[in-house]
Amino acid sequence: MATAKEPERNEKKTMRTITYREALREAIAEEMRRDERIYILGEDIAGYGGTYGVTKGLIEEFGEKRVKDTPLAEEVIAGAAIGSALGGLRPIAELMTMNFSLLASDQIINSLAKFRYMFGGQAKLPVVIRMPAGGGAQRGAQHSQMLESLYAHIPGLKLVMPATPYDAKGMLKASLRQDDPILFIEHELLYNVKGEVPDLGVHYTVPLDQGIVRREGKDVTIVTFSRMVHICSQAAEDLAKEGIEAEVIDLRAIRPIDLDLVLDSVRKTNRVVIAEEGWKYYGTGQGIAALIYEYAFDWLDAPIAHVTGKDVPMPYSKVLERAALPGKAEVIAAVKALVPARATAGVGAR
Amino acid sequence: MANTKTPQPGLAKRESAPADPDLWIRMYQQMVQIRLFEEQVNDLYKTARMPGLAHLYSGEEAVAVGVCNALRRDDYITSTHRGHGHCLAKGASLDRMFAELLGKAPGYCRGKGGSMHIADQDTGNLGANAIVGGSAGIATGAAMSAKMRGADQVTVCFFGDGALGQGVLYEVMNMASLWKLPVIYVCENNLYNEYTHYTETTAGELTARAKAFGIHAETVDGQDVRGVYEEARQAVNRARQGEGPTFLLCDTYRYYGHHVGDIQRTYYRAKEEEDFWRTERDPIKLLAGWLVEQQVSDTVTLDQMMADVRAEVAAAVEFALAAPFPDVSEVDQHVYA
Repeated sequence: MATAKEPERNEKKTMRTITYREALREAIAEEMRRDERIYILGEDIAGYGGTYGVTKGLIEEFGEKRVKDTPLAEEVIAGAAIGSALGGLRPIAELMTMNFSLLASDQIINSLAKFRYMFGGQAKLPVVIRMPAGGGAQRGAQHSQMLESLYAHIPGLKLVMPATPYDAKGMLKASLRQDDPILFIEHELLYNVKGEVPDLGVHYTVPLDQGIVRREGKDVTIVTFSRMVHICSQAAEDLAKEGIEAEVIDLRAIRPIDLDLVLDSVRKTNRVVIAEEGWKYYGTGQGIAALIYEYAFDWLDAPIAHVTGKDVPMPYSKVLERAALPGKAEVIAAVKALVPARATAGVGAR
Repeated sequence: MANTKTPQPGLAKRESAPADPDLWIRMYQQMVQIRLFEEQVNDLYKTARMPGLAHLYSGEEAVAVGVCNALRRDDYITSTHRGHGHCLAKGASLDRMFAELLGKAPGYCRGKGGSMHIADQDTGNLGANAIVGGSAGIATGAAMSAKMRGADQVTVCFFGDGALGQGVLYEVMNMASLWKLPVIYVCENNLYNEYTHYTETTAGELTARAKAFGIHAETVDGQDVRGVYEEARQAVNRARQGEGPTFLLCDTYRYYGHHVGDIQRTYYRAKEEEDFWRTERDPIKLLAGWLVEQQVSDTVTLDQMMADVRAEVAAAVEFALAAPFPDVSEVDQHVYA
């Protein structure tokens, strides 16, 4: 797999600005042109173009044979994707939201994740299941969940959670060029986010096992992923004005996790804030914290801080939803509680 | 326990499918092979030489053998927790089957699957799924892949009466009918959802479920291998010609318990019922009787065939018992490609 770095400044003239949604669509279309085994199935993806508009226009180019509207039946969408992969195709299954993936979770956990191992390596399962997750759009408790930790627990799956249009395109293309099951987790509030990607015709992919340092800093490491990357980056900018240099790590993928990138940063800053949208208990962030304690305990100058969603089902009301979701203020507060004030800082021993 | 119909001894009179006598002989051998395989599994379990769980197919042999003989090698099947018969009928070898059951390296899944998870991609066996109804979507997707690739492969989804309680079955029948997929849903009604008679768990007519989706549905005596074969052949032809799915309900019976350890069964079914099926409705005896009556074969020849298969089974068990376990280093292999 070709590795691609974030664009250098001198590449600017070959870049253009598109949305996360458009980036995903380009990835699907480019890969479908390249490999006729790739097809996409899901609810309302053909004529309607997908609930979040990602697949708009694909039906015109690829026809209903490769852009298949399905019944509202998540379990058979996942099951049919698995079966068609065993039959030699490379399916992209779009689930309308991650909340509905629970209806497909038997297929995902009991079959998709296990077949290769359980059958002694006989099966290849190049299945990409795309789905948006997360809250913030007042869609209520059953349409706002960030459930990646349920699946991150399962060996056999890979979980990709890009935060930028560049990564969305590059990681989706990479996902369609490898042979393992991938849960490609988008975020409902990222679809309209704009960012730079290479011009059409410039090929690139982004590796599925490498995080990236979004902002370098020496005082604290903020480990995050998906939409929280943007919130943490803004928080870091604000903190810089107060003299605190936060390093922001965008994990980009949850399984496998780029632990080396995290540990290297921890050894440099000695302080960690983990920021995620999901719930605190038994979640992704706690898993990452445990890994840091296990492998870099001696490098920590303070307990790891954890910014998460409130431990409640997502409320509907605007004010309540805002209170339930972690924001910039919480990230800043967590960092400030960890990092000694500049005036009294004894400049760390290391 | 209410039985909706009284099974009749013997075979119903009907026109015999025009087929090569060798085919019936092969089916006899395959049914015997499955029967003796399962007897050996039961013995291995009872003598503590086999671990885990095994769900024996004894009594249901005519279903797997009748259906799989209507398939080509490159057609697909998906199987269940009670899957040994499906694997063997589709072409799996006895020695690698036993090796898998014993968790040995030469097993089909290198000892990682066990009794409930045998796959053999070389013979089109996409794998046994031990979640009841769990392979319905997968079989439907495999059928979809054949259609999309422009191949004329057919997929058979085996499942039991218990799977009729699972919602996914209705999702897949809707999709398969809508898209006219080349898939055959073979429901093996052995009368018991684990330890409960199906009439206590299943409302309405069984085939009406498929018909509601516009799926062609047939009921066949699952102890009559010739009848199963004939119905399966027609279903396969329909599927190959692009005429869509079929639901084939096979009335059959499970001689042993839900699994090998289920030996006290009188609280859910009478000994007389088991004896009736074993003596009056046994698929191997019924076919043997017909072969002799039609002068296709004779009892001496059939007995010799059974002895030959018994020797093959014994040799396969010896192979598996002597085979090495997988190297412990394999524990974390095959998680990812």
